[in-house]
Amino acid sequence: MNKIDSKVPKGPLAEKWTNYKNSQKLVNPANKRRLDVIVVGTGLAGASAAATLGELGFNVLNFCIQDSPRRAHSIAAQGGINAAKNYPNDGDSVYRLFYDTIKGGDYRAREANVYRLAEVSNSIIDQCVAQGVPFAREYGGLLANRSFGGAQVSRTFYARGQTGQQLLLGAYSALCRAVNRKQVKLYTRYEMLDLVIIDGRARGIIARNLVTGKLERFAAHAVVIATGGYGNTFFLSTNAMTSNGSAAWQCYKKGAWFGNPCMAQIHPTCIPVHGEFQSKLTLMSESLRNDGRIWVPKKIEDAKAIQAGKLKPTQIKEEDRDYYLERRYPAFGNLVPRDVASRAAKERCDAGYGVGTTGLAVYLDFAEAIQRLGKEVVEERYGNLFQMYEKIVDDNPYETPMMIYPAIHYTMGGLWVDYELMTNIPGLFAIGEANFSDHGANRLGASALMQGLADGYFILPYTIQNYLADQISVKRFSTDLPEFEQAEKGLNDRIERLMSIQGKHSVDSIHKKLGHVMWELVGMARDEKGLKEAIVKLKEVKEDFWTNVRIPGKKGDFNTELEKALRLADFIEIGELMAHDALDREESCGGHFRVEHQTEEGETLRHDDKFAYVSIWEYRGEDKAPVMYKEPLEYEFVVREQRNYKS
Amino acid sequence: MSWLIKSSIGRKLIQSISGLFLILFLLFHLSMNVVLIFSHETYDFLANEILGANWWAIVGTLVLGLGVVVHIIYAVILTLQNWIARGRNRYASKSKTQVAWSSKNMFVLGVFIVLFLFIHMYQMWYQMQFKDLFGIEGVRHDGAQLVVDVLSQTWVLIAYVVAFIALWFHLNHGFWSALHTVGWNNDIWMKRLKRLGYFVSTLIVLGFIVVAFAVYLGYTNLLV
Amino acid sequence: MDKDINIKVKVWRQNGPKEKGRFETYALKNISQGSSFLEMLDILNEQLINEGKIPVAFDHDCREGICGMCSLYINGHPHGPDGEITTCQLHMRSFNDGDTITIEPWRSAGFPIIKDLVVDRTAFEKIMQAGGYVSVNTGGIPDANAIPIPRDKAELAMDAAACIGCGACVAACKNGSAMLFVAAKVSQLALLPQGKPEAARRAKSMVAKMDELGFGNCTNTGACEVECPKNISISNIARLNREFLKAKFKD
Repeated sequence: MNKIDSKVPKGPLAEKWTNYKNSQKLVNPANKRRLDVIVVGTGLAGASAAATLGELGFNVLNFCIQDSPRRAHSIAAQGGINAAKNYPNDGDSVYRLFYDTIKGGDYRAREANVYRLAEVSNSIIDQCVAQGVPFAREYGGLLANRSFGGAQVSRTFYARGQTGQQLLLGAYSALCRAVNRKQVKLYTRYEMLDLVIIDGRARGIIARNLVTGKLERFAAHAVVIATGGYGNTFFLSTNAMTSNGSAAWQCYKKGAWFGNPCMAQIHPTCIPVHGEFQSKLTLMSESLRNDGRIWVPKKIEDAKAIQAGKLKPTQIKEEDRDYYLERRYPAFGNLVPRDVASRAAKERCDAGYGVGTTGLAVYLDFAEAIQRLGKEVVEERYGNLFQMYEKIVDDNPYETPMMIYPAIHYTMGGLWVDYELMTNIPGLFAIGEANFSDHGANRLGASALMQGLADGYFILPYTIQNYLADQISVKRFSTDLPEFEQAEKGLNDRIERLMSIQGKHSVDSIHKKLGHVMWELVGMARDEKGLKEAIVKLKEVKEDFWTNVRIPGKKGDFNTELEKALRLADFIEIGELMAHDALDREESCGGHFRVEHQTEEGETLRHDDKFAYVSIWEYRGEDKAPVMYKEPLEYEFVVREQRNYKS
Repeated sequence: MSWLIKSSIGRKLIQSISGLFLILFLLFHLSMNVVLIFSHETYDFLANEILGANWWAIVGTLVLGLGVVVHIIYAVILTLQNWIARGRNRYASKSKTQVAWSSKNMFVLGVFIVLFLFIHMYQMWYQMQFKDLFGIEGVRHDGAQLVVDVLSQTWVLIAYVVAFIALWFHLNHGFWSALHTVGWNNDIWMKRLKRLGYFVSTLIVLGFIVVAFAVYLGYTNLLV
Repeated sequence: MDKDINIKVKVWRQNGPKEKGRFETYALKNISQGSSFLEMLDILNEQLINEGKIPVAFDHDCREGICGMCSLYINGHPHGPDGEITTCQLHMRSFNDGDTITIEPWRSAGFPIIKDLVVDRTAFEKIMQAGGYVSVNTGGIPDANAIPIPRDKAELAMDAAACIGCGACVAACKNGSAMLFVAAKVSQLALLPQGKPEAARRAKSMVAKMDELGFGNCTNTGACEVECPKNISISNIARLNREFLKAKFKD
């Protein structure tokens, strides 16, 4: 095995990043022009990285699966972005942001990475404002902040309920400028399907032109994966329809390590599932928990009556309502971290107190907020979310409480990277949600945007130079090299095999089966028996897929069914690895909840003595079990505690 | 200044400015018409001495003619370009987007008004200023009487009223749209401009119609 | 209350950019009114795949009304008959039992068809690349609070910045004009002090690119504003005109 080297610089926590920057190697401007970098993905991380690398003078090739970088799913983030600016003067600091993030991640993230994230958070806000991102402002003209789950300070910057959109459009505008100045070449409607390795280094990709269906080869000195997470393994998630794990997964199959695959986040405030035809779950911003109060009926008979449609929530008297988050977590109340809020909802619903026709929903009530603040203020804060809810559910949240239920939202796990955001394959980098690095076992709200932009604007553009400085004498590669030939052939064979199955089931119908297994057995609460069952069932799904899938149309054509099939083949394998990792991690931490390991109150119970590590999985071949390595998480600066959101 | 004809906003600026100029002319025209109701003598004096075949009137006529021609040419250019921009394939379903009818039919309304102008110019302007300038026989110096002669025919009255209504629709969109194009608009002024446009177009058209009816019914030269 | 309905959909099918297209009509049974319009199309595609036919290609991604990927001209409306939403947010409760729904791609010279209902909107990319940004490099930026911006200005900028680049404005416009799209970006950046230094350059180059790509001339019908899923006001078009004319007259 390769030696695990996280390359964390020595020295005090607050000086590590500065020290690193002072001593890293740089590439001079004349040489930058001779170096090509492939960036796959155009979300917050990908777009900001591509634009910044282009500005620096590198020759960047940027790949986008949609018709425009502006469609990347970062656009859907609603609530906000954290930064340690301490503008509200409520005691925030870089250290506090670092600490909250580490704690929120249930002490399963690397200290140095998280500290760096908190450190550069302030520059992100400066950068975005300079680009013309219209953040919310106070009447005095200065930036406004709001509070968010898992924090006791107001450090979240926001642009109405569309923060992700505005930040992405900012990064996208920088990318547009770089494209205009010929610093970046943009490839839209392209999907990366394989990584090309030459002499042990990442040197290119094979991508499918989604319009023509042709496979194309691209060579570069380094490859950056910024393709987001793999939440769609669950079929129903808050991810976009094209969000997929294939780019990362193909890197894994070429030898890149996968870190903490089982760490998936369930978001507590989504619109509940309502039918078999459902294609995705819609997230309602977590910011709703600032003013909304979550409850279910106190009496089981009330819950039953509501489920049967005989009672309306407004008919339940105040004393018959169970505001269970406020009851269980007096200090944080409705603002506990996502994993805690999600499990608490599941606990109530499993006990039979759920509402809605399915009994799989809880109320998020604004009646008190409307009374306290007035309808105008509530409308100003959440108007667009209320409108969105009403369009989907056909209920008016100003008059009747919203119904919410948890859904898969984000994957903390991803390609393993060191402090430089480089995977174990030299020249292969992973940034944003695609890597595993900063959120540990659970991500706090408003931190994904922060991490994506931190990686893309302020971290990768430095660290990649430390690698590229050694590559200046390496000539541009020809895509006719046997390595490219071989990769393309392998891929072509795979596509041929898929097309030749011509079975009975559509890709989506098999994906739904996969999702069902994942949600029931590898979802919010996991146990040994279920996980073992999942592994068996996932094998069956895989078998079913490779014998029964039907892909209409031709391979060399615009063919969405083929695209989906290629992604699903990978999702099934990702699901298997998630189950293995979840089975292996016999503790509960953050988003990973093992039923066998909980406190008396039903909270996560970590076993720091045995599991304070990053699980790193290495691919060993089609029919071989993957191997797991452990990267120990030795905490030098923070003392691990039982997370406590009660007092 | 080639941007004026090369850029879309430049071309629309030309269309707007010429349109606004024509609205000003219509207001002037209306005031002349009103004079007719009160005094034929004053009307003829104004028509012959102040306007007539004087150099300033000729210049004015040329400028006005230029305005009309530019407005028509650009209407044709813009409409043609827009037709091409819509693409070769059209929607099968009819658009159900709720917009003001006039805004979609400015060109058709314009064509209608141009047709009317041919009749109107032949009946009035050709008989007076044109014949005068080119020494053609049968020049009419009794403008007031000419108007009365022409407008006492029922078909003429009907044609005029129909054209006026088309003009109302054209102006109702044209007025605020022109100001919008020159950039003089925002969320607050949008409503005001539309109301003002409504007022201006109604004033002009109602004025024309009232005068036309008054002439038809013989209520002119009232001060005599 | 939501019911199950039986409907027919008349869908534009076209194999490729150069091929001739045609309408095909399909019958769908027991569609829940609680399902979204795109879920209805998913069901149609499932049905087509099971019948051994080629499914209908349509653009979609986030399915929550923000990415701007979905399009479709439905019964005479871009994004369908409901207001202030994208097609992915349209629900079948907007339709009744027995309806025949006509589904067409965006039609405009600026948006050529790729396949079936999928159109090529890279023209919007090119317009953005021509100047839809503030020219700042990463880093070396003053503190975010260094320039106070009046709240109403920031809010107006945000109103304009809400554009999702879906192209409904072009699809709705009888002139195939992209003015609302361009105006939204020019306005957002012209309203903010950060965007001021290159406001003139931006307005000129974005409009020039828009004209070059064959979009039509705006005649202020306001159809774009009516169909815009994000309620972008045509006041922005007046601001664009102002910015553009100011810039040109200054030259």
